[in-house]
Amino acid sequence: MMPRMDRSDGLFLYRQMLLIRRFEEKSAEMYALAKIAGFLHLYIGEEAIAVGTIAALRSDDYVISAYRDHGHCLARGSDPGHVMAEMFGKTTGLCHGKGGSMHLVDAPRRFMGGYAIVGGHIPLATGLAFATKYQALDLVTVCFFGEGAIPSGQAHEALNLAALWKLPVIFVCENNRYGMGTPAERAIALYADVAETARSYGITAERVDGMDVLAVRDVMRKVVAQVRAGQGPLFIEAMTYRFMGHSMSDPAHGHYRTKEEVEEYRKRDPLLLLKQTILSSNLGTEADFTQLEREVGEVMTTAVKFADESPFPAPSELYNEVLAE
Amino acid sequence: MLISYREALNQAMREEMRRNSRIFLIGEEVGYYQGAFKVSKGFVEEFGPQRVVDTPITEAGFTGLAIGAAMAGLHPIVELMTMNFGIVALDQSVNNAAKIRYMSGGQLSVPLVIRGPGSAAHQLGAQHSQSLEAWFCHVPGLKVIAPATPHDAKGLLKSAIRDKNPIIFIEAQLLYGTKGDVGDGEYTIPIGVAEVKRVGHDVTIVAYSKMLLLALEAADQLSREGIEVEVIDPRTLKPMDLPTIVASVKKTGRLVIVEEGWRFCGLGAQVAESVYTAAFDYLDAPIQRVTGEDVPMPYSRPLEDAAIPDKPRVIDAVKTVCGRR
Repeated sequence: MMPRMDRSDGLFLYRQMLLIRRFEEKSAEMYALAKIAGFLHLYIGEEAIAVGTIAALRSDDYVISAYRDHGHCLARGSDPGHVMAEMFGKTTGLCHGKGGSMHLVDAPRRFMGGYAIVGGHIPLATGLAFATKYQALDLVTVCFFGEGAIPSGQAHEALNLAALWKLPVIFVCENNRYGMGTPAERAIALYADVAETARSYGITAERVDGMDVLAVRDVMRKVVAQVRAGQGPLFIEAMTYRFMGHSMSDPAHGHYRTKEEVEEYRKRDPLLLLKQTILSSNLGTEADFTQLEREVGEVMTTAVKFADESPFPAPSELYNEVLAE
Repeated sequence: MLISYREALNQAMREEMRRNSRIFLIGEEVGYYQGAFKVSKGFVEEFGPQRVVDTPITEAGFTGLAIGAAMAGLHPIVELMTMNFGIVALDQSVNNAAKIRYMSGGQLSVPLVIRGPGSAAHQLGAQHSQSLEAWFCHVPGLKVIAPATPHDAKGLLKSAIRDKNPIIFIEAQLLYGTKGDVGDGEYTIPIGVAEVKRVGHDVTIVAYSKMLLLALEAADQLSREGIEVEVIDPRTLKPMDLPTIVASVKKTGRLVIVEEGWRFCGLGAQVAESVYTAAFDYLDAPIQRVTGEDVPMPYSRPLEDAAIPDKPRVIDAVKTVCGRR
């Protein structure tokens, strides 16, 4: 399928990916400065999946993710300042500092959270979809997870329930080839075609180039329409690669993959690919990209300043929000 | 109106489901089979399969699905065929249901009831005879209810269904057939309020669920021997109504706690700690605990009987705190 894109559209997609890229780079910087603590899993290299997928959704559709969730949250439109403040543990954070990097939630934007037990949020996605179907709403739910979740029992239980009850959920498997330091071929029996897992439950599944934001959006537009029309769940395997380590505690390459391998994948950097397409299609110029860099740079400067200047929560906040009144 | 514990639960769910179309019942055999213990008898006929949802044997999957549905505004009642199977879904109840409100900074809520029979019946073996309430009580973000009588079961289940939080509602298999008066009109019982089931002045017994019946039998016999026991049923295990227990202990000066669960880290240990802290100077004797034995439940009847609290052990404990042994 030929990608459909005009100038503003192309520059919008690029800007979204650039925002995530610069946000993640700034996060790493802030981690080094000890402004951010705990676990920090960067999405660098995988931006096209979040941006391409979410660009095909309506604002009232549900999105849920795992712990590498900054990109999905930002692509959903969350304010970078509030996301950064959450990672700083500040009271102005999306979750008042109670969630952190792995547990971002932006309910008004229907970003229903990042979850950090591998596979554990996939049943939640079927539940969001169950609720929309129960209420006869024409909403879809998108569930992002890594290929590392595929062997988990909860993933299989969720796939079975989604297929059994024809739930309007789209499973988006971000196959970045490694579950932490373990390559897929040492973890997944069907590593060469993990989408086969979904097919074994009768779910239509297809693979897409997860470095190509236009390809992702095209396939998602098709799939979202099918699911919204009531055809039941669908499964997309987006082939991608993370350019950084699993988290901040490991380097980009070393024990489990080589520098050469990382460099090879960096040639297919999703930002680079889209930029080349925009330039070669005469939809934009270098000046446009310079302008976008400047804009996003300003957004990030403002976001970090906001997070930095925001107060930490008072200890008296500790017991708030454990239970609903 | 004299009805069984089973019928009381049935009435509670039926009345609430008639009031609110967002409530649905989900679990194994809840629909066409009428419930493994016939608690949902007649439900699929009245409410239809959309609201009385039979599931495959996939506790983590359907508990997670229910949590997701709750996040999207529905109010699920999850029936576990037995609470033992709740262990399979523990990731969902502990990592998701209990934490989602807090992690999201109060943006999301999980109004959900997870209910089913706990504790031993007769010779069901080690995997089907467990009293797991202490596990759930340990987790911030969950409320835990374990009613002993049909009246309490009905009133508390209705309150649980109207609550905005995830609630573990533990029934007892051997209580399903017990009868009690539930009156004629509609009523609810507030969560977190204990009830003095028998007034006395010599010693306080705290007992809940099936153990309440044991405590009352023991109190009858002790009364004939000149010891007047005050029996308190907390009914809600978390949040527990400690003021009512402490007030009674201040009156009697003696406390026996009866629970079917294992002794080590059992619920009674927490009750004892709370009472020692609040009323140490009022105690005339060390608190006694009567508990299940710290073994996997054996199958053979004499061994099973040895593992579960019985009337002689309760009487013995009361006499010990009274210095009459």
